[in-house]
Amino acid sequence: MANLKTTEKKTKAQSMGLHTEVLTGKTQQKFFNPDEAENFYYWGTYDVDFNKRTELDVNDMDCKEANKKIDELMSQGYGTIVIKNPQGKHSLGVGILNKLNLIFEGSLGYFGVGSIDGPTVRVNGRVGWSCAENMMAGKVVIEKNAGSCFGAAVRGGDLICKGSVGARTGIDQKGGTIIIGGDAGAFTGFMMQRGRIVVLGNVGINLGDSMYDGTIYVGGKIGSYGSDAIESPMTKSDIDWLKRKLKVAEIGENFDVSKMTKVVAGKKLWNYDALEPTEKKGAI
Amino acid sequence: MCGIAGLIHRGKSSNVGQELQGMLQALKHRGEDSTGYALYGDTDGQNFIMRFKVGENVGEGSSSVMEDVSVYDERKKIVDSYISQMGAKIIKEERILPYSLRYEIDYDKGDLLEFSQKIESIPGVEILSMGKSLEVIKDLGNAKAVCDRYNLGDLVGTHAIGHARMATESGVDIKSAHPFWGYPFSDVSVVHNGQLTNYWNNRRILENKGMRFMSECDSELIAVYLAEKMRNGATLEEGMKDSLSGLDGVFTYFVATKNSLGMAKDTMAAKPLVLYESDDLVAMGSEEIAIRSVLPQEIDTYDPFDGEVKVWQI
Repeated sequence: MANLKTTEKKTKAQSMGLHTEVLTGKTQQKFFNPDEAENFYYWGTYDVDFNKRTELDVNDMDCKEANKKIDELMSQGYGTIVIKNPQGKHSLGVGILNKLNLIFEGSLGYFGVGSIDGPTVRVNGRVGWSCAENMMAGKVVIEKNAGSCFGAAVRGGDLICKGSVGARTGIDQKGGTIIIGGDAGAFTGFMMQRGRIVVLGNVGINLGDSMYDGTIYVGGKIGSYGSDAIESPMTKSDIDWLKRKLKVAEIGENFDVSKMTKVVAGKKLWNYDALEPTEKKGAI
Repeated sequence: MCGIAGLIHRGKSSNVGQELQGMLQALKHRGEDSTGYALYGDTDGQNFIMRFKVGENVGEGSSSVMEDVSVYDERKKIVDSYISQMGAKIIKEERILPYSLRYEIDYDKGDLLEFSQKIESIPGVEILSMGKSLEVIKDLGNAKAVCDRYNLGDLVGTHAIGHARMATESGVDIKSAHPFWGYPFSDVSVVHNGQLTNYWNNRRILENKGMRFMSECDSELIAVYLAEKMRNGATLEEGMKDSLSGLDGVFTYFVATKNSLGMAKDTMAAKPLVLYESDDLVAMGSEEIAIRSVLPQEIDTYDPFDGEVKVWQI
């Protein structure tokens, strides 16, 4: 637990009387040190061979059984796993922390492929609410539509939905890229803090409501802007990045990205002077 | 949390009792305090079907007070006499459980408001549904338990809506269970997932206009709200669109009539709904697994957007 103490140096928030304490002490975050590589162990990961392929029919399994089976197959070195008959079950493919080709032949329910760090996932169907929540790295491609809270709190990686998504896409997003081929619902980018969201279609009301930072690109119509979300001019680097990203995502091949609307935070709602230096790094 | 499910076959009938049971059972993790069905069966359309209760289920988990079965018998006798006094005739009578009954009634006058007020003036008696196609069946327990208890598996019809309830706003009892009948309109029923925050304000206004509430469940407000709009000449769809601003809170609800099925989602899109739509079938539920129980093959589904209202005809 970090210690709390008062400080002489006042930030803008402190001068407004919002708080007087600052956090000190050691962070609990562990950083990778190349000098200690041989001692470094990322718990729950496996060395897998992408050429070693297998199929798993989860029709008669609950999500816990299915996830344990996926873990078992990874421990045996399988690097390409095809999941048959997911049947809209919840929480499939969660917590995978190593490289893996994971293919779902069907649709997922809620919380599919959440908290992953590294795998490449393809869902040949639809996903329910909160797909890829807390994703750290990797690539997830959804061939059809997605539910609400798509990519909630993602930290990194690429999350692509070729169809339309529900409300609150990228809520609390902290990094990475979310790309939507169709339309997106209300509150897209709600309270997002980092990263980028690209919507080729229309978006609903309250776009980017209370966003702290990050960037949203919209190709279609915008229902309305949320609090503190403002339009910003497109730059050449935006256009180059969008072209590159859409090509990698295999989506919107002929889309004219130069006509997209760029939305960023107005930064009126929060005190940005109080950010830690490490927090001031640009979006991932 | 609660789960809702509904389906409508267009141009044909099907075993909707069994199908809805499968859909609701798939959602039982969203709540199994009580489960309710609103089934629109194939009938000749001659007589009214009245589902009513003369007491509560006082089984495990119930928040109701236990009563002697003789009290139920006494209430039933009064119901029978009132039906006769109203000029109606009981064609068929089924007492499925000591507290739950199903009557087929020949009632020419067709004034359901007067009829219902008379029947429900008996303390402890509540009409669960009244219509020429609609039958509302609701009781404590999960979908399978209720389906087995009431033999719903064989019911053939065109459409149905249902609800798996986790009690949060009111007691664990039949009167607070969904679906709610759109009293006093024949064949109108409602199920709801969410919370309504302006329940009491709306209730006071509607009660002053002569509308009736049987429970303190916020979801009942939707049925009464729509009934009041329709009483004043609005169509079902107009009433549903009006409800997006008239009802405050988070909600996804289904409403069904004799020939149609509709859905509405609040402007925050805070409550889930997955929808499958084809030329001959529309199926929808709080989660995709509900739809999967009737359509196991790979299908295209989607989430309706915020503030969306849709109505389908049979």
